[in-house]
Amino acid sequence: MSFFNKFFNKKKEEDLQEGLQKTKTGFFNKLSKVVAGKNTVDESFLDDLEQILIQSDVGLDTTIKIIDRLEAKVAKDKYINIDELNDILKNVIVDLLDENKTVDLQDFEFDTSHKPHVILVVGVNGTGKTTTIGKLAYQFTKRGHKVLLGAADTFRAAAVDQLKIWSERVGCDFYSKGMNADPAAVAYETVQYGINEGHDLIIIDTAGRLHTKLHLMKELTKIKNSIDKKMPGAPHEVLLVLDATTGQNAIEQARQFTAATEVTALALTKLDGSAQGGVAIGISDQFKIPIKFIGLGESLEHLQVFNKKAFVEGLFN
Amino acid sequence: MFDSLSEKLEGAFKNLKGHGKLTEINIATSIKEIRRALVGADVNYKIAKEFTDKIKDQALGSANVLKSVKPGELMVKIVMDEMTALMGGDAIGLNMTGKPTVILIAGLQGSGKTTFTGKIAKFLKNKKKKRVLVTACDVYRPAAIDQLTVLSEQVGVEIYKEPDNKNPVEIAQNAVVYAIEQKIDVVIVDTAGRLAVDEVMMNEIAAIKKGIDPQEVLFVVDAMTGQDAVNTAKVFNDRIDFDGVVLTKLDGDTRGGAALSVKYTVGKPIKFISTGEKMDQLDVFYPERMAQRILGMGDIVSFVERAQDQFDEVEAKKLEKKIKKNKFDFNDFLKQIDQIRRMGDLKSLMGMIPGMGKLTKNLDIDNNAFNKVEAIIQSMTPEERGRPELLNMSRKKRIARGCGHDIHQINMFIKQFDQMKKMMHMMSKGNNMQNMMRNLERMGGRPGMGR
Repeated sequence: MSFFNKFFNKKKEEDLQEGLQKTKTGFFNKLSKVVAGKNTVDESFLDDLEQILIQSDVGLDTTIKIIDRLEAKVAKDKYINIDELNDILKNVIVDLLDENKTVDLQDFEFDTSHKPHVILVVGVNGTGKTTTIGKLAYQFTKRGHKVLLGAADTFRAAAVDQLKIWSERVGCDFYSKGMNADPAAVAYETVQYGINEGHDLIIIDTAGRLHTKLHLMKELTKIKNSIDKKMPGAPHEVLLVLDATTGQNAIEQARQFTAATEVTALALTKLDGSAQGGVAIGISDQFKIPIKFIGLGESLEHLQVFNKKAFVEGLFN
Repeated sequence: MFDSLSEKLEGAFKNLKGHGKLTEINIATSIKEIRRALVGADVNYKIAKEFTDKIKDQALGSANVLKSVKPGELMVKIVMDEMTALMGGDAIGLNMTGKPTVILIAGLQGSGKTTFTGKIAKFLKNKKKKRVLVTACDVYRPAAIDQLTVLSEQVGVEIYKEPDNKNPVEIAQNAVVYAIEQKIDVVIVDTAGRLAVDEVMMNEIAAIKKGIDPQEVLFVVDAMTGQDAVNTAKVFNDRIDFDGVVLTKLDGDTRGGAALSVKYTVGKPIKFISTGEKMDQLDVFYPERMAQRILGMGDIVSFVERAQDQFDEVEAKKLEKKIKKNKFDFNDFLKQIDQIRRMGDLKSLMGMIPGMGKLTKNLDIDNNAFNKVEAIIQSMTPEERGRPELLNMSRKKRIARGCGHDIHQINMFIKQFDQMKKMMHMMSKGNNMQNMMRNLERMGGRPGMGR
């Protein structure tokens, strides 16, 4: 690894640490406080652990799973020190994340065996789809890829302008048919434009929609099909953007969006503002869809690829 | 994976059913179940604990409960009442005493501030007959000012903006000065989304508040927020001492435990709820309905409202007439299917009807159940759709070829259609659509809730 790479990774690590600062104070600081007074794993310790995990939005089912596994590994009422316990818990969580097919990305990358690579971005209202697209476009443009953004959110006021401003800021290309255009048509034509112009990567923005609105979910399926029609096999990635401050509804969102569009990857945004690093654990456990990106702050560099080991280390260190 | 809440609670109360009366032991086990149910609805863990402890004391302390024949039902009532009381309190409207009245909107990114700003502007303009000015103080997010501009045009109110000014405090102050000059009644100040942990941004919102001295500060919260709702609400309240809460995105299927958490933590009233992307989808808050929702006890009122959303008065009158004359045809049937579809996922719709949640849980309700019927009808000529009596054997054969189903299925469908038509015709004598709606509402136990 070159010196520059090392430096770069170092910087990323700092960002991750910084971004998770609140997560840490919310989550594992409490944990060490709980552990501090005790040296056995007893009923009251497990109760406290349950409380901490739930308050981090790990979710009830995953919390119970973690506790069961911890119990299986530690003999009850046995004396144990903080470091040992930390290690055991860390392993339990890493194992849990490992069971998900999450491949640890080292850097922003995509499959270049076809061209263009098409990513369709979906999610409920206000999770940060457009902002995430802007940051992704920045990362990939910076790495020398020719990137095109497609404005298929033709519904929300000024959504097209918002994406356009991002494309200008980042210095990538942009395709739109204006507000109120048929989003499936926009998606189709964006892919056509990208093929003609030789883009490496196309990212298509869609309007936020609640997963309970059947007709809007159908529209999403239609958008996806229209992309496939223009380029068989595309979109190669359907990225569901989830807000980390969302509670248990995130699970239902993932379920419904997967039903409509076969979601292939998750982006977890606003992780810096929540005590809920735990939501990443819960979602990885409940869903076999890998988390690929995490948002740790407002700046362009604050979108990172998700690395489970680094993430869990970040929570504990 | 996730048991529905109502089921969990039913399980908890089942523990009670076998016992003639509540004892300390069976209360304790039920309380634990209730607590888990609340946590599953995203009520903050600590609050769920405190809340259920209080319930426990009440149940034990009340002589009535101990002697009650049906302790389970009584427990439900105690939980419901307590939760309703907690979230309710006195309904407080907006403080409109200022000249002009200044309303400041604050909240996290993506919580729905700008959309709410548009809605409240429309509400004040149309319902309260005020001259309204909206102010764009989100100087950070790309196109945020454009978004508010578009919304202000949609609802027909003036907008104050300074696209080149990056100082939101100044913009807000200038807007108020402008409003005084122009004799505007209400100034609504939309601000950028910010995280509670962001010191710089929290200082900014405090400075905006100080700079314009608003009569109303409203904190906008996404109803889907998880455990962190408590911390966020607390920090915002500490910094800007808001007057009321706006709960958004309640048109989804979230249980909305955040509502309880926020109210419990800061004690400020929930003044509005927001239930869709259209500018008129703004509502006042009904604590009882919210309690039912959090407890997953079905929400018949929301069911009726969703139905009413799709309910077109003129169309319904036409349909009623047709049914009365026994002229209901395939075109009408297609329209009905479309309306039901628009209301949402069939299973979640069924879940809204109290008691149905349990029934539908293991039932695989196919959202495509109507596809076959639609295919059959769409294989008919326009003439046949309007005059069902035309269908003879040769026509049926042609339809069968068209839709890919065999003739028996066509026959079966037509038979069902005829039965349904007869039944509706019978019901239409002495009853009508509006009455049916009213009956549904009465089932919910809250008369006069319809809009």
